[in-house]
Amino acid sequence: MTLDLSQLNSAATLAQGVQIDPLDESHMIVNMGPQHPSTHGVLRIVLELDGETIVKATPHMGYVHTGIEKEGEYQQYLKAVTITDRMDYVSAHINNLAYTLSVEKLLGIQPPPRGQYLRMLLCELQRIASHLVWLGTHALDIGAMTVFFYAFREREKLLDLNEMLSGVRMMPSWIVPGGLRGDAPPGWFERCKAFVDEFPYRVDEYETLIDQNPIWRERTQGIGILTAEECYGLGVSGPTLRACGIPHDLRKAAPYSSIDHFDFYIPTGEYGDVYDRYRVRMAEMRQSREIAKQALERMPDGPINVDDHKIVPPPRHELDTSMEAVIHHFKIWTEGFRPPVGEAYVPVESPKGEIGFYLVSNGSPYPWRMHLRPPSFMNLQALSRMCEGRLIADVVAIIGSIDIILGEIDR
Amino acid sequence: MAEPLTTTETAASGERLEAALLRERFPDAVEEVVEFRGDTRITVRRDRIQDILQFLRDAPELQYTFFSECLGVDYLDPNAEELILGKKHRFEVVYNLYSVPDTRTGRGTGRRIFIKVGVPEDDPVVPTATGVYPGASFPEREIFDMFGIRFEGHPDLRRILMSDDWVGHPQRKDYPLGGERVQFPGGKFGPSVGDGIVQHPGESFFGRTASELGDRD
Repeated sequence: MTLDLSQLNSAATLAQGVQIDPLDESHMIVNMGPQHPSTHGVLRIVLELDGETIVKATPHMGYVHTGIEKEGEYQQYLKAVTITDRMDYVSAHINNLAYTLSVEKLLGIQPPPRGQYLRMLLCELQRIASHLVWLGTHALDIGAMTVFFYAFREREKLLDLNEMLSGVRMMPSWIVPGGLRGDAPPGWFERCKAFVDEFPYRVDEYETLIDQNPIWRERTQGIGILTAEECYGLGVSGPTLRACGIPHDLRKAAPYSSIDHFDFYIPTGEYGDVYDRYRVRMAEMRQSREIAKQALERMPDGPINVDDHKIVPPPRHELDTSMEAVIHHFKIWTEGFRPPVGEAYVPVESPKGEIGFYLVSNGSPYPWRMHLRPPSFMNLQALSRMCEGRLIADVVAIIGSIDIILGEIDR
Repeated sequence: MAEPLTTTETAASGERLEAALLRERFPDAVEEVVEFRGDTRITVRRDRIQDILQFLRDAPELQYTFFSECLGVDYLDPNAEELILGKKHRFEVVYNLYSVPDTRTGRGTGRRIFIKVGVPEDDPVVPTATGVYPGASFPEREIFDMFGIRFEGHPDLRRILMSDDWVGHPQRKDYPLGGERVQFPGGKFGPSVGDGIVQHPGESFFGRTASELGDRD
């Protein structure tokens, strides 16, 4: 009896990009995920192994694809804000901001100073929250359980702030074209201030736990190295790029929403390994706290929204007394507004890297095309490059270090 | 390598430097230059896209080393069955390039440019950019998945977000929103519950089981 070796490469295997050489006995294929705690969602990685050394790592995604970009084409500009939260679901404010800035570029408007400062405050608090999720889960993957509890304790306070502001903890949709849905409620700034004052001591706590920990260092130093040139070609951005020593941050390079009014610096790494990414994100949390502190101190008075009720719905109490407000209210929630024909892309620095919405307007109240530039999606392309020649256990550390969110990758 | 026209952002002709340089270097390849709210979008010929991307990446005064992304756009109005905005081709692929200011080497300009190619419906093929920017790999797979545009020379052109056996390209405008079948038809395949009591997403929302409803396909 003869064995037909060509049968090994079934259509299904080939479709997944895995080519098995029947005469090569040295390589082994190991499937990791999609249900694996360290893949931070539903990511599947097919690892080609030589012994325990990784030859190739092929990510497979799409398990939580929900067609958000398609859905966006069927929503009016103002109503599509709510679906942008669902992409990168741990930094919703920043998604909202990226979408809103693109719409505002199409319209050619800018909110007043208080609106911009409030947006920046929300985004920087959200960046801290996102980095805390990253820190907790990344440390948990590597085996340091305590950090998770500490990090999520502070994140809880940030989610409480979101809840106090908007009534929603994770999907606030608070930043909308023209400004924000509302101003901060009484007492909110005081709670923010309390958090901002306390936070540096909390970062010290996390660092005490793992910074000098020999196991942590052993697991992260010299692992998953990328060079800056590789990052450019692969489109890798954010803390992963900055860990290679490039101080590139869109908050400095292409300032948006008054961020250039604040005083902060861009932390960078040196070697571009997992440990450097960890150091960069820890330093970034401190910088975000600095920005939030300055925003709280200098918060200007005045309106938060543009003075145009064709873009921003009139306040609820005006509907009882003003016929014009009723007309605007009706028009904006039925017909929406019509930006001019054109295309807009405004890049924003998200906790993962460069995020931006590419909007194509044909002059109708619906975006003709709404496309997200997902930083996690682009950063994931570097996975195979980082894993080559490393061990399986390092894959877990590397995935954690690029901080992927599958909601954003699959959309 | 052509001599640089000028080192400032705007060329002598008043056009942005990138557009002027491309016109000089590829006189027959630049089709259209559009300015909108400070962004420049240059439409180029499809068969020259690889050369143009390489030029933008390597020209010392441009240095578009950072591949931000590429995306597809479908300009077919499915109701009127004609193209909107007077487009000549149904699809467009937009390359979003950025020049990272690199403080170590002092290179990079911090500018952003959008390069577009038109893609006709009857011949949806574009030369791949993966040879110039390895990062084009995933976005090109996504465009192939969503629009059915093939990238010639791409090392691994497979679907990326939809499942491997999916039929059609969902981001095309003539692909309707909603109405597609659930992934566990009638609870007969996949993680089936059969005629069990437990509700699951593949089943009716009215508390009836799959067999009571009959084959809905």
